[in-house]
Amino acid sequence: MLQNVSAPSFPPALFRDFAAAPSAAGEVAQARPGVGNGRRSDAAGGGAIVLREVCKTFPARGSDAAVEALADISLDIPSGEIYGVIGRSGAGKSTLIRTINGLERPTSGEVIVDGVTVNRLDEAALRAERRKIGMIFQHFNLLSSRSAFDNVALPLELAGLSRAAIRTRVDRLLDLVGLADKRDRYPVELSGGQKQRVGIARALATDPKVLLSDEATSALDPETTRSILALLARVNAELGVTIVLITHEMAVIKEICHRVGVIEAGRIIEEGPVAEVFAHPRTTTARSFIGSLPGREIPASLAGRLTDDPAGARQSVLRLTLTGETASQPLVTRLARELGIDIALLGGQIDSIGTLPFALLYVGVPTAAWASGAVGAALDAAGATTEVIGHVL
Amino acid sequence: MFSDLISPAILSLIVDSTLETLYMVAIAALIGTLAGLPLGIFLATSGKGELFEAVTVNRVLGLVVNATRSTPFIILVVAIIPFTRLVAGTSIGTTAAIVPLSLAATPFIARIVEAAVREVDQGLVEASLAMGATPLQIVRKVLIPEALPGLVLGVTLSVVSLLSNSAMVGAVGGGGLGDLGIRYGYQRFMPEVMLMVVVVLIVLVQTVQSFGETLAKKVNRRLRRH
Repeated sequence: MLQNVSAPSFPPALFRDFAAAPSAAGEVAQARPGVGNGRRSDAAGGGAIVLREVCKTFPARGSDAAVEALADISLDIPSGEIYGVIGRSGAGKSTLIRTINGLERPTSGEVIVDGVTVNRLDEAALRAERRKIGMIFQHFNLLSSRSAFDNVALPLELAGLSRAAIRTRVDRLLDLVGLADKRDRYPVELSGGQKQRVGIARALATDPKVLLSDEATSALDPETTRSILALLARVNAELGVTIVLITHEMAVIKEICHRVGVIEAGRIIEEGPVAEVFAHPRTTTARSFIGSLPGREIPASLAGRLTDDPAGARQSVLRLTLTGETASQPLVTRLARELGIDIALLGGQIDSIGTLPFALLYVGVPTAAWASGAVGAALDAAGATTEVIGHVL
Repeated sequence: MFSDLISPAILSLIVDSTLETLYMVAIAALIGTLAGLPLGIFLATSGKGELFEAVTVNRVLGLVVNATRSTPFIILVVAIIPFTRLVAGTSIGTTAAIVPLSLAATPFIARIVEAAVREVDQGLVEASLAMGATPLQIVRKVLIPEALPGLVLGVTLSVVSLLSNSAMVGAVGGGGLGDLGIRYGYQRFMPEVMLMVVVVLIVLVQTVQSFGETLAKKVNRRLRRH
């Protein structure tokens, strides 16, 4: 069915036949050896995004004061990366992603996509540039009057391709997103996941270097979300498309992003590789987003019984964050054996971020052993990050 | 019994009047649609921050449309007689009557088109802009096809309202069913003629309405069909 995301891989060559002169693509790849931090998508070339001190202020309207949607945002997204922007509603993430394809013009600053300063282009040049930047949406934004095939064909019609060229290309795109059998269906007859697949096919129609995802999975159930994210990851890996996505769900970031930026009140308040931000969040906002993942909260059965005062307590509750190598070690049993203590497993999550093993554990250790410092020293030595959550009488 | 009441002469009057009505309404609906469609699309897309932003023009056109629509049709017919003479060469007769009918239909259709176009999800406009579409491409490929069911119903509605307006153009010798009903049915006191006129009008309205609804359903891709 539609979830066959691991099914046949698609050779990038499939996508090199579009209007964008193939020779030019070759030149770019040659002219820029080693650019892009050695990511595998270098061969595809282009797609790097740079934002320099971007500000966007919406002027005052009537009794409403002016709104500073973006305040001095600088980003450097190399070609072939999946960059996630996470923030609450109103934080400015929609405005941010819209500056990249010029749907919003920044009040000041520069937006450079694939070497082109987008915010300085006139309307005609901007339209041409937008064909190199695909976009998908939370509510899919498919034309109800067009079949799946005709929806994917739309950007190609706009670009003035011949009927025959459109036909072969759209059929391949529908095949790529696993919807070949739905080509003549109208949006009303498709499920949410299928609609987003049509949206992705449409966004890829003009062979873009960059794909913008505006909360593309927020209207989908968890299982469909995973299959759509898997498709995006595949598009990134096999076609080398740079992806910028905005979301309010940490699960989305964890699933496919290489790097993440946390946005609040129009500023990027924290940024880094996803595993790094997960393991050592520096801001409360980042912590609360990470905390919203399943298995991240303090178990409910425990939360009510915790006290801050260790006096007279029997058990101390610790939160251990383990990443990479540390997460794969037999840490708990070794600790129990070496210190001769019993360790209770109270809750947590063992997982991976990208390919990196990651664990977050709530454990209970005897308060006496914790107070002596022995447990803390052993955990530090093993490379775990330890926080005391409280004590249980 | 009916054939006793209605002489062949009256029957042929009814047939002629029906043809006159159809002629006036068809041409006026055509002209009204041709003028009202672009006007309505412009009204729907020229507000602040929209595709063809032109706030002042939008406001002025809106005022003109409202003024035309608030003028009672019978007054409009008389008031524009000089204009009618300019356009049709005469101010009397069926062809001349097409001028005020079209003039009244245009703003009516424009407002209906405006409402239908405004119903189109703004997300679709944003998506097309993101694809690099020009404003005219958005109108042609997105707004009109997506608003089509509403447009068809709107034109249907205006044809029905044209049928009712056409009854008033007897005032300038426009002929048609309404005129026949007034002159024979009312002034000459022939209720059977009045009845026939009403029956024919009911049949016409019913036919137009059913046809419009069927067509609107056919072009509406938001409905599931099996």
